[in-house]
Amino acid sequence: MNITSILASKGARVFTTRPEHSIRQALALLAEHNVGALVVVDEAARPVGILSERDIVREAASDEGVFSRAVREIMTRDVIVGLPQDDLMTVSHTMTENRIRHLPIVENDRLLGIVSIGDIVKAQRDKYQGEVDTLQAQILAGTPEQAERKV
Amino acid sequence: MAQPGTDGHPLRVAIIGAGPAGYYAADQLLRQSGLVVEVDMFDRLPTPYGLVRAGVAPDHQKIKSVTAAFDKVAANPRFRSYGYVDFGKDLTLADLRAHYHQILYSTGAQTDRRMDIPGEDLRGSHPATEFVAWYNGHPDYRDCRFDLQEERAAVVGVGNVAVDVARILCRSAEELATTDISDYALDALRRSRIKEVYLLGRRGPAQAAFTNPEIKELGELADADITALPEEVELDALSRAALERSPDRATLKKVEILQGYALRNASVKSRTLIVRFLVSPVELVGNAAGQVTAIRLVKNELYATPAGTLQPRATNRFEELPVGLVFRSVGYRGVPLPGVPFNEKWGVILNEKGRVLAPDTQQPVVGEYAAGWIKRGPTGVIGTNKPDAAETVTGMLEDLTRGVYLHPSQPTADAAEALIRLRQPDYVSYADWLRLNELEISRGRPLGRPRVKFTSVEEMLAALGR
Repeated sequence: MNITSILASKGARVFTTRPEHSIRQALALLAEHNVGALVVVDEAARPVGILSERDIVREAASDEGVFSRAVREIMTRDVIVGLPQDDLMTVSHTMTENRIRHLPIVENDRLLGIVSIGDIVKAQRDKYQGEVDTLQAQILAGTPEQAERKV
Repeated sequence: MAQPGTDGHPLRVAIIGAGPAGYYAADQLLRQSGLVVEVDMFDRLPTPYGLVRAGVAPDHQKIKSVTAAFDKVAANPRFRSYGYVDFGKDLTLADLRAHYHQILYSTGAQTDRRMDIPGEDLRGSHPATEFVAWYNGHPDYRDCRFDLQEERAAVVGVGNVAVDVARILCRSAEELATTDISDYALDALRRSRIKEVYLLGRRGPAQAAFTNPEIKELGELADADITALPEEVELDALSRAALERSPDRATLKKVEILQGYALRNASVKSRTLIVRFLVSPVELVGNAAGQVTAIRLVKNELYATPAGTLQPRATNRFEELPVGLVFRSVGYRGVPLPGVPFNEKWGVILNEKGRVLAPDTQQPVVGEYAAGWIKRGPTGVIGTNKPDAAETVTGMLEDLTRGVYLHPSQPTADAAEALIRLRQPDYVSYADWLRLNELEISRGRPLGRPRVKFTSVEEMLAALGR
């Protein structure tokens, strides 16, 4: 299973901000769309960083003027990006090891979407649930109690 | 009007597509306590179960036993099944909006992806799904022809469809004779001269999509032996490092099984299945008559993406395998439905957690939903559609509570049935299907087969006395 299967049912919207925007503007977007991170893109819509709620909290702890600062001052640069064909298991490993909660997905430098660690966990849970369910149905098939049993 | 969902005013839901995703969604809708739901399910084929009937291989009958759960759903008096009713032709979206509060699409991934290489349309080159639909007796594919007089075939891909195709090509007539494979396919495969089947993977053994039971089964065929090239089942440095970082037992086992196959002695059986890795087709070579004679392959090496997935990259080493038949199984995509927003990029209905979205606003379209492969793309096993459908149904119920649903002018089961009867007088009900099912099973009984399928709509209608 790969990233494509997560993006397929996430619509086509990605919430982005620009490096020169203020943290206040970015916060409004985070709150409005109930998401934990925004991808920071340049004029050509190429991802140049990521701004997570955690980045803001960290700065706010020492600087109450954080809201007027620019996104570029706080965002995380050196972002690890994913590709649509990236494997779910591998990505989950990479995100856990690097303590990343959001992974922008790109193709030919173009931003396609973002997946969160929550998306990955849900996809894996559904995958395992589905496998268990299928195996149970097969094991029960043909056994005498199957007729009465609710599959 | 009060919110639908009561005895006097049931919530009316139309489901398009009678496969697992549609049935799981119907089941979850009908199970809601305190909410009266009526489900009408449509399929363009007279027979239900989608890929469980037309996709799952005939020698995997146990997997098909999941239909017992679907039969229970269909037995609910609030469920009606309308087979042989084609959405977009017999019934339009406007018709559905006039009769239902909510519409759910579960039409699956009906076309295959192309390899996009020269020679792909030569005679002898086929989508693997056509072969699958043909041997499973899908009415649209019964007239397909595959030249099984060829001795060498290549199957491109190592997913479960590719493995099914390779296995069916390698099965003996005796093995197939006790399955519910279509009669004409059994006949054609009985006369098959296939001697060698290549299964071609673009990545290495550790990345192959097939499961361990599937690959083990390939090593236990009655009259075909399996082999692999020792140098191709040896793990490269990147795969080894990845397995050391996160040792996955299933992957380690898979590699071990494949390395065992590479050590097997020369075959004494009639057929040989050769599993190849780290190769991608670059061209199908043909003769003057336009018939495939070979597949040209480039050897790949693996590289790691920034997120760590090992992907294939072409080298400058090539080889040519002489084959007369090629089956491609390199991915699937959904087919757009008339009037329903489609996401071309992923080959699915444009949706967010199963809510269909309008392309311009990216906001939900009132009353329209998707579940299964047409929602998330072709991944997972049959049971994966259960949590998938549950997510969509949760959204449907939330929207209902928020008062967001369609306001049909004729929200009754009888009005819908009257319209369907008018548009498609030959529609096949669930009771009709149960009769067809009994007939198929009784035709199989004297032959020791699970069933002998009806494979044309005319046959089915005739059997029902139409």
